[in-house]
Amino acid sequence: MTRMTAPMRVDLQLIADMVEPGSRVLDVGCGDGALLDYLVHAKGVDGRGVELSQAGVNACVAQGLSVIQGDADTDLNDYPSGAFDYVVLSQTLQATRAPKEVLANLCRIGKHAILSFPNFGHWRVRLSLLTGGRMPRTDALTYEWHDTPNIHFCTLIDFVELARSLDLTIEKLMVLDAVGRPLQGLASKTFGNLLGEQAVVLLKK
Amino acid sequence: MKLATVMTTRLQATQSLPGLRLEFDASQPLPLDSGQELAPFAIQFTTYGTLNADKSNAILLCHALTGDQYVAERNPVTGREGWWGSLVGPGRVIDPERYFIICSNVIGGCLGSTGPRDIDPATGKPYGLSFPVITIGDMVRAQVRLIDHFGIDQLFAVVGGSMGGMQVLQWAARYPERVFAAIPLATAARHSAQNIAFHEVGRQAIMADPDWRGGNFLDQQTNPARGLAVARMAAHITYLSEPALHRKFGRNLQERQKVAFGFDADFQVESYLRHQGASFVDRFDANSYLYITRAMDYFDLAAEFGSVPAAFKGTKTRFCIVSFSSDWLFPTSESRALVHALNAVAANVSFVEINSDKGHDAFLLDEPEMFAVLEGFLRGCAQHRGLKV
Repeated sequence: MTRMTAPMRVDLQLIADMVEPGSRVLDVGCGDGALLDYLVHAKGVDGRGVELSQAGVNACVAQGLSVIQGDADTDLNDYPSGAFDYVVLSQTLQATRAPKEVLANLCRIGKHAILSFPNFGHWRVRLSLLTGGRMPRTDALTYEWHDTPNIHFCTLIDFVELARSLDLTIEKLMVLDAVGRPLQGLASKTFGNLLGEQAVVLLKK
Repeated sequence: MKLATVMTTRLQATQSLPGLRLEFDASQPLPLDSGQELAPFAIQFTTYGTLNADKSNAILLCHALTGDQYVAERNPVTGREGWWGSLVGPGRVIDPERYFIICSNVIGGCLGSTGPRDIDPATGKPYGLSFPVITIGDMVRAQVRLIDHFGIDQLFAVVGGSMGGMQVLQWAARYPERVFAAIPLATAARHSAQNIAFHEVGRQAIMADPDWRGGNFLDQQTNPARGLAVARMAAHITYLSEPALHRKFGRNLQERQKVAFGFDADFQVESYLRHQGASFVDRFDANSYLYITRAMDYFDLAAEFGSVPAAFKGTKTRFCIVSFSSDWLFPTSESRALVHALNAVAANVSFVEINSDKGHDAFLLDEPEMFAVLEGFLRGCAQHRGLKV
């Protein structure tokens, strides 16, 4: 099958690599369906998606993907517990109204949850605020403070604390640079929090 | 496929309609939700395309309240093109080159399948109001007989809008193993109070017409055309949207420069509605209108199965639910409620809302985005089903 000729975003590929072939996957905030399409066709998963943008949903369904219009804050409550092997939330947690409830829901619906999110603890963000005295804007975080959909930023350490408060187990944690390449040898949270622009986490209840 | 009719009993000399007819004699009654039985009965239907060797490429299309089996061909009564010719036909999304397409007139209808204008064998007169009240479940039960007749274990897809969508949901809820994919468009898991209210207006208009004669108008050779026309006019408004009406007519006057200070059709929109009403009575039976609207009113999956999620528990059917942004008869909120119910049983569901200002009728119209969605959904389903399309 000649699909997905363009390479996928690196963080999406890392997420895809964490998913067992043939499993059941719910991709929350699936965008244009790139990850879902890859998972369905390359890994044979039973994949579903939820996407906020109606245009995104329609494009996904027109590709033959099973996607509904909805958002992480309001449309996860209906799913039964353990309905999926993996629930994926990529680059979306910071845009939810209630990240704690969303994270709890992800780990309730899925036997595992996989999240990727921008790390607000990165040194460039810290330096930007320290030296410029204005809300940081980076390559990954390009919005102005007043028009950003990203209303709940966290640092890597913040996220780990949130997971702990929900009694979640972090099975795997990867720290990535701006273009999504894993930074090796950053075992310590402290250095990861300083040097990683984004993180990919596999966790479970 | 050659049609070998099951029939032995001749029903009535209906006008010869194009298409095919399956007749069931008195020994093969159709059990109804009311507890009554319908026998004998007939199903009038059309097919396009060829059933493949393993009978896996059949698509059942379910028509709406005033629809019929002439999906993609000239309607023999109105002379107009098929009501879903934009979606169904060679080179279209539902292509007879790929699929075996079936559409039958619903039980209770007036275009060949047994309904209130047919002869009641008990009296030798048209049924009229002695026809048993039928439900969406009964319509689907009759369709099951048709599908059984073809020896089809599982339909590749069941597709329909509005009341057709109710039939799709009924199929998926009652016969889940026989439906690989379900496409309910512009519909809901139950008929709302507002929708029942509109139907009641229509029914009262028919029954208030003195020519209705307590339902015996055929026998008494009258026709409650005024009542049926008013019913159609009221219903037609619910199929459109305010922006669509405004765009089409605004407050434009009909062939006059100023209002006439009378009750003629001053406004174009009045003239349009009168035309809709008048042309409807030539093609539809007033009693069928009563029966079919009643069937829609009674539709409530939650009442039948305990809850909507319970209706779909364990389903393996792949759903594609479609709503239209300006449809206020079956609004997006109804489709979303259905999606939530399907999520609650972790069903495989896609849901799109199509942006359109054309109201409820949008599902019948040329909506390229809907076509793209359905094309993609069906192609994905065909891959999963192992169909070569």
